[in-house]
Amino acid sequence: MKERLEQVFSAHAGTSAELIPILQQVQEEFGYLPEEAMESIARFLRVPASRVYAVASFYAQFRFSPMGRHKVSVCTGTACHVKGADRVLDGVERVLGVSEGETTEDGEYTLETVACIGCCGLAPVLTIDDEAHGRLTPQGADRLFAKGEDSRQ
Amino acid sequence: MTTSTAIRRPTELHARLVLPDVEIGICLGTGGVAAGGDEVFAAFEAGLAGTGVFAVVKPREDTCPGSCASIIGTGCRGMCAMDVLVDVLTRKEGVESKVTYGTVTEKMVAKIIEEHIIGGEPVHKWIVLSDDEPTSHNEFYQLQDRLVLRNCGTIDPEIIDDYLEAGGYRGLYKVLTEMTPERVHQEVLASGLRGRGGAGFPTGLKWKFAAEAPSATGEKFFICNGDEGDPGAFMDRSVLEGDPHSVFEGMAIGGYAIGADHGYVYVRAEYPLAIKRLKIALKQAEDRGLLGANIMGSDFSFHLKIKEGAGAFVCGEETALMQSIEGKRGMPRLRPPFPAQSGLWTSPTNINNVETLACVPWIITEGAEAFAGRGFEKSKGTKVFALTGKVKRSGLAEVPMGLTLRDVIYSIGGGMKDDKEFRAVQMGGPSGGCLPASLLDTRVDYEELNETGAIVGSGGMVVLDVDNCIVDTARFFLKFTQAESCGKCVPCRVGTVRMLEILTRICEGKGVQEDIGLLETLADDIKAGSLCALGGTAPNPVLTSLKYFREEFEEHIHEKKCRAGACAELTTYWIVAETCTGCRACSRACPVDAITGEKKEVHVIDPEACIKCGACYQKCRFDAVRRQ
Repeated sequence: MKERLEQVFSAHAGTSAELIPILQQVQEEFGYLPEEAMESIARFLRVPASRVYAVASFYAQFRFSPMGRHKVSVCTGTACHVKGADRVLDGVERVLGVSEGETTEDGEYTLETVACIGCCGLAPVLTIDDEAHGRLTPQGADRLFAKGEDSRQ
Repeated sequence: MTTSTAIRRPTELHARLVLPDVEIGICLGTGGVAAGGDEVFAAFEAGLAGTGVFAVVKPREDTCPGSCASIIGTGCRGMCAMDVLVDVLTRKEGVESKVTYGTVTEKMVAKIIEEHIIGGEPVHKWIVLSDDEPTSHNEFYQLQDRLVLRNCGTIDPEIIDDYLEAGGYRGLYKVLTEMTPERVHQEVLASGLRGRGGAGFPTGLKWKFAAEAPSATGEKFFICNGDEGDPGAFMDRSVLEGDPHSVFEGMAIGGYAIGADHGYVYVRAEYPLAIKRLKIALKQAEDRGLLGANIMGSDFSFHLKIKEGAGAFVCGEETALMQSIEGKRGMPRLRPPFPAQSGLWTSPTNINNVETLACVPWIITEGAEAFAGRGFEKSKGTKVFALTGKVKRSGLAEVPMGLTLRDVIYSIGGGMKDDKEFRAVQMGGPSGGCLPASLLDTRVDYEELNETGAIVGSGGMVVLDVDNCIVDTARFFLKFTQAESCGKCVPCRVGTVRMLEILTRICEGKGVQEDIGLLETLADDIKAGSLCALGGTAPNPVLTSLKYFREEFEEHIHEKKCRAGACAELTTYWIVAETCTGCRACSRACPVDAITGEKKEVHVIDPEACIKCGACYQKCRFDAVRRQ
């Protein structure tokens, strides 16, 4: 872990304004923010570890436990809400067998909701990693993951 | 104003062009990509190369061997409901003709290439817009006045020459060569431009304050607020993705006007494509000397950095945003001091929203009068709305201020989807409110909308039909603001939780008469006791709903009834034996297998297993599935 952190730190000067970009890059590297990494960040920036944790826990982007290989985000923004985002979420929860915020047992998918990804014209929408899928129905969500399974085999 | 004679015109900076015989523009905004834009792009590339008729050239290649065609990915042109949109422009003997195809899939590409691009005859059945023949979708653009979105959908945002060719960086050139900083804020003030992020503060005045503020640190900052967080608004994303240079140019002009030589573009992490395109655009602008040190050879320098947000709605509030750039928790602070006096790292700082900044180069090149000539009373220019929900044509529409809501929804939006009855239009997201049909003739104008209790806000316009419950919608927004409250002010942190509890119990049929009064009292307290606009406006969706749709709250409380059938606890579904044909459409649609019955025999819903998703209700063609 040490070398990977050094690698991230090497691109920064060590000022406290760099805290958020560093947290983002560390999470990019590890998939989440390990406790040990946050302590190293605190030492590198010469700020208390509590400050690192305070900032990390404030922003929705940061997570403190590992996530699945793929991130599924169901958009629950206004346009998606009025077009049945709740039902899409229910559908995805049923297909994956997990609730919002959880990761499937095989470590394949982590299911999250997002406030709005800004493609309201295609509502309701979900994203798998960075790829958006629009005009969904609960049944369409079923098919999306069934298809994903095939392509992986 | 600089007197340097070395300043180079932006027109001298872009490459020479060869006009291809065929130009194909494919929407690769977030909406276009989600609908399969990348696949369509690849299909055109492969398809055209396979014909042997056209050489596929890069859009900026200087030579064209025989017949050539170029393919570009553009930003969003607004008609997102029709994505993937593909423009095909053909040039024959100097005559240009352009058509736009809608809902294009990979499978349609071969036919378009064969019949249109090679055969010369457009595939009429797929055309949504055309230079030559009117289509039903022409209405979408008829009332629009695309000024902020002037380049969105027509230029390739990853190629700076496209922006330069469209007149880009001429505004910056003009201020550097002809205008003093004072003259710039006077011009912007005269245009009547007001902040498009929601507050509606005059931009020129904001610049004047920042310009006149003394700086103890010797530095000033210019920030672009791209933390577009209102669910249901996506105009800033579209501008950042489709025309990033217009925002940079607006910032550089603003930086010159207030005396800042450093700027930040703060963008939501949820907009990865916008971040990618901004980074590409920044590099290109720096390479051409249009940003960075000694811009265009003048003595004005403006250094830009892109800052990625980390997922906090409250960071759209300017003081919270600055905290976030400084690497802290994004919590708003008391004003004064205003950012113009003491902002980022205590230096005078100016913050404008993306759409506001995209107006600036236009105002400078076309003149303040051209901008002020559009609009209505105190609201000048245009506003981009994200029209979504239950309308036929959802998407982005830029209209002159002063148009009525009815014009936007029924003319541009094409009216209600599936011709269902209009219930309400939600304006301004979590800070705004729901307006009933009787207010559809309200104008899009800061003052007129404020009077109703809704706001222009960032421009989200979500249309609701009879299947949407007003109480549930109010609860939806409150759930959002409650989750996004930063926790600093107690009335906002705790008050929104209490309001949400009350709304939830009303939706579940457990509400009592006192709840309405309690909601109103709490709303007043939260508004009065919160430091920033998040808390100050959080109760608005509930208050406007109570103002215009009080009877629906009362129905939920007294009759335990949700007329929209949206509140699951108050809704039951059953099948009427007389009209059921046993077609099985409902049982196939049911995600939990709660519907049983043999083919051609009456089906039955098991009320215990039913999750009240309404899938059967939507699917039944014989009016046999009923709900109450």
